[in-house]
Amino acid sequence: MSAFFAIVRRDLLLAARRKSEVFTALFFFMIVVSLFPLGIGPETALLRRIAPGVLWVAALLAAMLSLNRLFAADHADGTLEQMALSPTPLALLVAGKTLAHWLTAGLPLVLLAPVLGIQFDLSARSLGILMLSLLLGTPILSLIGAIGAALTLGLRGGGVLLSLLVLPLYIPALIFGAGAVEADMAGLGVGGHLSLLGALLALGVFFAPWAATAALRIALE
Amino acid sequence: MSQRFINWFKFASPASFYPLAGKAWPWFAALATAFCAAGLWISFFVAPTDFQQGEGYRIIFIHVPASWMSMFIYCVMAFWAAIGITFNTRLSGMMSSALAPTGALFAFISLWTGALWGKPMWGAWWVWDARLTSELILFFLYIGYIALTAAIDDPRRADKAGAIVALVGVVNVPIIYFSVKWWNTLHQGASVSLTKAPTMATTMLWGMLLMALAFWMYSIAIALYRVRAIILERERHTTWVAELPEMQR
Repeated sequence: MSAFFAIVRRDLLLAARRKSEVFTALFFFMIVVSLFPLGIGPETALLRRIAPGVLWVAALLAAMLSLNRLFAADHADGTLEQMALSPTPLALLVAGKTLAHWLTAGLPLVLLAPVLGIQFDLSARSLGILMLSLLLGTPILSLIGAIGAALTLGLRGGGVLLSLLVLPLYIPALIFGAGAVEADMAGLGVGGHLSLLGALLALGVFFAPWAATAALRIALE
Repeated sequence: MSQRFINWFKFASPASFYPLAGKAWPWFAALATAFCAAGLWISFFVAPTDFQQGEGYRIIFIHVPASWMSMFIYCVMAFWAAIGITFNTRLSGMMSSALAPTGALFAFISLWTGALWGKPMWGAWWVWDARLTSELILFFLYIGYIALTAAIDDPRRADKAGAIVALVGVVNVPIIYFSVKWWNTLHQGASVSLTKAPTMATTMLWGMLLMALAFWMYSIAIALYRVRAIILERERHTTWVAELPEMQR
């Protein structure tokens, strides 16, 4: 378990040394969200209606944007092979890297989302639900994304391929995440949506590091 | 008992499977043709005109079997992927990659004929119905598999990576299906429920079953044919391929 925390700390430190990568994804998120009112028009009622979907899709894309760097640098300098050879189970290390990825790519989105939600005239309550749904949903994005990142490691056109692989798998998270906010705005309960997101997260935490490890071992052969 | 197991594993070797597939595929192709002829005859000449939907309903004789096959082939692909990962057999990966284009084709046919059916029946080419949407996502999953295996140069690595994608996909297919279904019911879209359709006439059911059998046989035939091509491509440096009669010419 100490290896797990060591790898989380190491990846966070690496991210802190290269802040631009983290901020690029954040600004991407902001720009994508800001493009929608420009394309659709500033009508408040319409913006409020599309806000959950727009914010969630933008979060999906922003989280995906940073997936490439999850394993690429460690693969390039051979660290990944050392990790595979170490006595610590590789799945644990992969889980640590995924957690670090979520802390640098997912959590900032959760914190930024309410600010962008205000632009869409969401109520304070809806903003809270939005944050909660993103808090439960963005780890799923990192977990599924880790599988995709491991599969496309070192391939030609890896970035586009990665999006082709992981975006269809992101659909349930998108549906329940955006659905929770919409259900709240429609005056329905959000418990069901959030519970399902939690269930997806539990499934992901259990299976995704394992699948990503299998994919990494193939890439390292 | 042990004898039988040895026989099964014998055909896991591409060298012994290649002639077997060569013998088998014409039979499956012939069966496909026969079933297709019977199915089309029933669906066009025997099955009565639907009193609600007119002649246009006949497209379901293609549409429904194609949807069934697209889902079934994905499961078969995942099955071969699991076998390939468990036993580390070369042939399993080849079977998966031989099946993928056929599955994608059926998913595409299903979407295409669905649009053709939807225009006269629903008045729209596309409706965000739960089934249509999950079929579309299934099509994306096929494309993802094909794109990934095509991007990896080393065929063994491509097979294994593809196997993981297929397995992750098959776990996700039910999750995606139900999430799309709930999404659809929550949004109260302009969908027409097919499940509440009146009970189908027996002849219609026969036509659909025959067409499904025809598509099934076609899939087996084409997959065997394609796997033969893949075997030849990957094993072209081996002596057994060089000694094949078709290589002597």
